[in-house]
Amino acid sequence: MNNSIAKEKIISLRKKRSLEDMRFKYYGFTAMCLSLAVLVFLLYTIFSKGYTAFQKTIVLLEVDYNQEVLKLTPDSSDEDMEKGKFFRVKKQAIENFFPDLSKSDIKLVKKLFSINVDKEIKDYFLDNPEVINTKQQIWVTAHSDVDQLLKGNSRRDVPEDRRKLNDIQLSYVDQLVEENRVKQVFNNFFFTKADSRHPEIAGVVGSFMGSLFTLFTVFILSFPIAIGASVYLEEFAPKNRITELIEVNISNLAAVPSIVFGLLGLGVLLNVFGLPRSTPLVGGSVLALMTLPTIIIACRASLKAVPPSIKEGALAVGATKTQAVFHHVVPLALPGTLTGTIIGLAQALGETAPLIMIGMIAFIPNIPTGLTEPSAALPVQIYLWVESAERGFQEKSAAAIMVILIFLFMMNAIAVFLRNRFERKW
Amino acid sequence: MSNSKILANGVDVYYGSKQALFGISMDIKEKEVTALIGPSGCGKSTFLRCINRMNDLIEICKVSGSIKVDNEEIISEKTDVVSLRSKIGMVFQKPNPFPKSIFDNVAYGPTIHGLVDSKNELEEIVHSSLKKAGLFDEVKDRLNEPGTSLSGGQQQRLCIARAIAVNPEIILMDEPCSALDPIATAIIEELIDELRLNYTIIIVTHSMQQAARVSQKTCFFHLGELIETGETNKIFTNPDNTKTQDYITGRFG
Repeated sequence: MNNSIAKEKIISLRKKRSLEDMRFKYYGFTAMCLSLAVLVFLLYTIFSKGYTAFQKTIVLLEVDYNQEVLKLTPDSSDEDMEKGKFFRVKKQAIENFFPDLSKSDIKLVKKLFSINVDKEIKDYFLDNPEVINTKQQIWVTAHSDVDQLLKGNSRRDVPEDRRKLNDIQLSYVDQLVEENRVKQVFNNFFFTKADSRHPEIAGVVGSFMGSLFTLFTVFILSFPIAIGASVYLEEFAPKNRITELIEVNISNLAAVPSIVFGLLGLGVLLNVFGLPRSTPLVGGSVLALMTLPTIIIACRASLKAVPPSIKEGALAVGATKTQAVFHHVVPLALPGTLTGTIIGLAQALGETAPLIMIGMIAFIPNIPTGLTEPSAALPVQIYLWVESAERGFQEKSAAAIMVILIFLFMMNAIAVFLRNRFERKW
Repeated sequence: MSNSKILANGVDVYYGSKQALFGISMDIKEKEVTALIGPSGCGKSTFLRCINRMNDLIEICKVSGSIKVDNEEIISEKTDVVSLRSKIGMVFQKPNPFPKSIFDNVAYGPTIHGLVDSKNELEEIVHSSLKKAGLFDEVKDRLNEPGTSLSGGQQQRLCIARAIAVNPEIILMDEPCSALDPIATAIIEELIDELRLNYTIIIVTHSMQQAARVSQKTCFFHLGELIETGETNKIFTNPDNTKTQDYITGRFG
């Protein structure tokens, strides 16, 4: 009798319980889909805005390398060649770009070309000195305004005074398109040049190298310190008030806003120690301070994950504490510590605020070659480009975001790879 | 009658404010197997870990009293724990080979103590230790494979080989067979019987049959006190104390 009542109760409640299961599964699935949708939307926006930055517009220009205009002879030495009057050649080429151009038209035509054209004309000649006294058809870089127009990023149906190109210039561009004297090719400048005031020749390499040098500094500074600190705290430190205080404060430091570390860098590293401004050395030091707590926490977790029985085994055969720790515990924790460090580096890679504080926001048109040279960093570069009024920089910033995202994905992939490759099962 | 190797006198152990051992005094003879038995939490492992100072690892653990190994006091600030542990090997409850090759596992001890000068010598020690632990024939073709790839019983014998390799005089065994099946257990027990010829062995065990099979002396612990100690035969057939009687006949514990 009692037994059957119990059974009924179990069955009636069982339905409710399985409904609960279903509901929870449904909630979880919805949450996952939502976050996935947001992520996809984000990536789509960035990609659709930025992919055009990987292309540039080039224009076919007829250049007459006349020796009189150049003030060179076919026998000139290489040094003299460098000093050729290429700007005169360019001027002539632009004057003859369309037949019968008036003076004011020439000015307008000139604005269709990138500032880099001088150099392109010169480089072409230096690579092929035999073209002297011949007419050459060269593809040269178009001005960003033309580039943006042809990519459809700037509109032509707005009033003339709100356009970069006026009606005459538009008709020139149309003519070029008709005559097939303009085309779009892969934008090698984006991957070979540093920042520039001119969007069509601005590249991401300067800030990429800056970020690389900065991360290098962060790694060199934070990895050994973090390993040392976490090994000490985990294995050697006496368990007392002071140790506890340090532990709590490491966790607190991990939550300190990054701009505070920027202020520290500005106040101490730049003003007190007088280190050079805007350099990866200072940026890296500041970011190392910022990421240290994160890395220490990760290192300690992986040291903790090594079973104590291994250390006991080593101690029992007569290893000293240091030997037991450095022969057994640290090597076993190394994959975990490396993973933690890479995650910390990824955090440092995306950090903007502290770098702005120490002056890495300066406009740097050169590719840095060392730790003490002024340079930009990827996130700061993105910030700079997003801020600038030139339309050509909008797609550049989206493209730079793509670069930094790919960089991040790669770092995380390495972290995952290391973890899977060296992880031990107990 | 053989000489006494370890002489404990009034050993008290505290974990924080909780007392785990109450005035343990014990005389352990050379080249004998002494079994420590008793219900869980009675302090037999704690006592074992006093002998090679493994309790140092536990921050809150305080040991007082006197333990003399070869007439030398070891419960003292001045004791050189590292050389003490090279003299007293230990085998743990759960096999804990290093995640290294079989060879490196055994070679680790001799290497850190600088017992060997050449590679050949090291090889010799490793081989002889593995032979003494009865493992050599099973692993001689795969010394470079990780120690963790062995079976549980083999791992435990590897740990014994690792302990033997530094040429200790005493081997402490903390329930060495509790994680093993009966066949592996039988192999280890046989091994203990052979090792007795060269080493003083103290073994903590939950299995009364095991204590009866392998040991010459048995000590019965209960609630942190040493209740009775004596010849194994006597403890298992005719104990003096009623608590011992109750325990070995399975009335409690």
